[in-house]
Amino acid sequence: MRTTSRKFIAATAGAASIALLATACSTGGGGGNAEETTDPNAKITLTVATFNDFGYTDELLAEYTKLHPNITVKQTKAAKSDDARQNLTTKIAAGGAGLADIEAIENDWLVELLQVSDKFLDLKDPAVDGRWPDWKNAAATSTDGRLIGYGTDIGPEGICYRTDLFEKAGLPTDRAEVAELIGGDSATWDSYFDAGKKFVDETGIAWFDSAGALWQGMVNQVEYPYENEDGSVKPLADNTEIHDLYNKVLEASVDDKLSAGLAQWEQDWTAAFTQDKFATMLCPAWMTGPIKQNAGDAGQGKWDVADVFPGGGGNWGGSWLTVPASGKNTAAAKELAAWLTAPEQQIKAFENAGTFPSQIEAQKSQTLLDSKNEYFNDAPVGQIFSNRAAAITVSSFRGPNYFKIGQTITDALRRVDVDKSQDAAAGWDQAVKDFNALGL
Amino acid sequence: MSLKSPAPPAPAPEAPYRAPRRVGFSQTLSRWDVKVSPYLYISPFFILFAVTGLFPLVYTAVVSLHQWTLLGGQGDFVGFQNYIDVFNQPNFWKSLRNTFSIFLFSSVPQVVVAIAIAALLDQNLRARTFWRMGVLLPYVVAPVAVGLIFGRLFADQSGLINAWLGAIGIDPVKWHVDVIPSHIAIASMVNFRWTGYNALIFLAAMQAVPRELYEAAIIDGAGRMRQFFSVTVPQIRSTIIFIIITSTIGGLQIFDEPRVYDEYGTGGADKQWLTTTLYLYDLGWGTQANFGRAAAVAWLLFIVIIAIGLVNFAITRRISSGDAPKMTRNQRRAYARANAARRNR
Repeated sequence: MRTTSRKFIAATAGAASIALLATACSTGGGGGNAEETTDPNAKITLTVATFNDFGYTDELLAEYTKLHPNITVKQTKAAKSDDARQNLTTKIAAGGAGLADIEAIENDWLVELLQVSDKFLDLKDPAVDGRWPDWKNAAATSTDGRLIGYGTDIGPEGICYRTDLFEKAGLPTDRAEVAELIGGDSATWDSYFDAGKKFVDETGIAWFDSAGALWQGMVNQVEYPYENEDGSVKPLADNTEIHDLYNKVLEASVDDKLSAGLAQWEQDWTAAFTQDKFATMLCPAWMTGPIKQNAGDAGQGKWDVADVFPGGGGNWGGSWLTVPASGKNTAAAKELAAWLTAPEQQIKAFENAGTFPSQIEAQKSQTLLDSKNEYFNDAPVGQIFSNRAAAITVSSFRGPNYFKIGQTITDALRRVDVDKSQDAAAGWDQAVKDFNALGL
Repeated sequence: MSLKSPAPPAPAPEAPYRAPRRVGFSQTLSRWDVKVSPYLYISPFFILFAVTGLFPLVYTAVVSLHQWTLLGGQGDFVGFQNYIDVFNQPNFWKSLRNTFSIFLFSSVPQVVVAIAIAALLDQNLRARTFWRMGVLLPYVVAPVAVGLIFGRLFADQSGLINAWLGAIGIDPVKWHVDVIPSHIAIASMVNFRWTGYNALIFLAAMQAVPRELYEAAIIDGAGRMRQFFSVTVPQIRSTIIFIIITSTIGGLQIFDEPRVYDEYGTGGADKQWLTTTLYLYDLGWGTQANFGRAAAVAWLLFIVIIAIGLVNFAITRRISSGDAPKMTRNQRRAYARANAARRNR
């Protein structure tokens, strides 16, 4: 899952890079902490390290200097999130020298960084209480209660679907009716699969792209998927909750032939957008970018977004701003991080780069609610994804072994759904073997 | 040689206390010069090697004996536990299997085809430089770019290769599912990149083969094939050994191609094409973030390469000693000339 999300970044980076090139002049790599100081009015430079495009333009950063004339803000941008991760982890391992005052991090590295939460400033502050939904804060809070990051963007999930294929199957194409078809406010995975069976019976075309993609959505609704609250590992062989979900997704994918059997981000998956290979997919706010990119001009108007998600809400991806504890101006950096992630600034970032804001206040902003996506039949994506964000209740617990264990299951899903080299039972047996080989 | 280190001269009869001391010091200097300088001249390489080669090697060994994580750094000393853990992971053995399989699928055809191409290029062709540069072109392409392009060609459903196979009535091959096809696909990337490069090295060796040998062979009635096998191949034997050794080391360290073969870079859902270096990377920087185990794998890989290097060395020695009595006329002449020169000195 970590890699998939990286690919997403790569894909969205492609879409965003034009805007990035147009708006962002290089801010240079230098900067750093000017001098150690306790004087609040001393002249200092704060560096912000981001990746891809967070929507923090030079104009936006200059506004901060207007408010605090003694502070200059410099941004360094990594082209890919992986580069930023490499830089951050290497420097943390080396003691923190050379890190920026504010380091942006991504959802998928959060788990490993929480293991060393003492390397980051505890950002808990009454001033920002209630700025984010609880689940967003909970994800960035370590087991000993330290908040290491202020949330920037999120990826609330809806369902993207092909209107032309729905029409072919004699199903409704209007996004409100499609939401009802999938189950409306009380949609479950079963109701989503039931709608799929109708569709597949009519057309013989798959309902969704990949079992692995669905797994991502399903497992994110489980509060403690692979580990207990204290971080101890649940033995996979006895983890009936996960085993049941695994069987459920594969039963729908393979037995009911709802899955197109594609691995997300693979060449075959990308190519499938220009063919009629599947009709729906789980769709975080940022996924509209890759869909547009993969389906191309020919797909214009064929896609739409339904304001519905099975099993409640779901989030996929998102970022935070952290303040490394080794910095010289940590207090000033914390203040800047709080300002950058404030709803007013985050709305500007959304306008600049399309990053969906995580702040409750920002999700109610008129600018956001009015935003539409031309490619998706002018769907009111701002309104839809705000609703989807409000529906998210559960934050899935991610302990230190989350990705290791998750990998054994996603590998099994790929063997059964994509490779078709094993059946569900054999896939599970091997996942348990792989889990045991991890020696946790 | 003898000029610089003369036998101690007989003590001069006049002024015995001054002159020898002066001469003695400069003599000492020049003796040092003779003895030490050669080592000084080659020392940059060994100092660099110690810093960039030996130190990491030793440090990796130290890491492999500790608990060591990507972010947390050094943990407790655990002895050989990391090695035991690695041996207990089936993926390690799978990675060894894959590495050897991909190595065989790449190195063997590579050497054979490279010799054949070199033999063709060694003929009197028009636009010789064009052809020679042509075979080197794939080497210029970055391995990751090769991987991305071949990844598209070998896509299971939308790939060009399966489309071609379909056109001639062959069922599509599951390049990303079955073990051997995935190895062949990855080996083809390696071969694409390295065959031309090796062909040029072979070509250089072939052009050093004395032409009179071929003339003699033609007079003896040898055809083209016979010339190739009885003159060319024996003459470039040492080059062949060099290529085999370098391609062995390269083949065992293969990383870029399997890493970009699919979008996940983890060697496939069933680890069908997980090579040992890829496994190492996954241990250290992937989901496991365990530098201790990664360092253990690095050392195991090092030992495997040394073992295979020794096998190579043994075979090489047998070939070269087996070669000795069968000296060619030219070599015999050169040998005689060299001996004569030595005697005349």
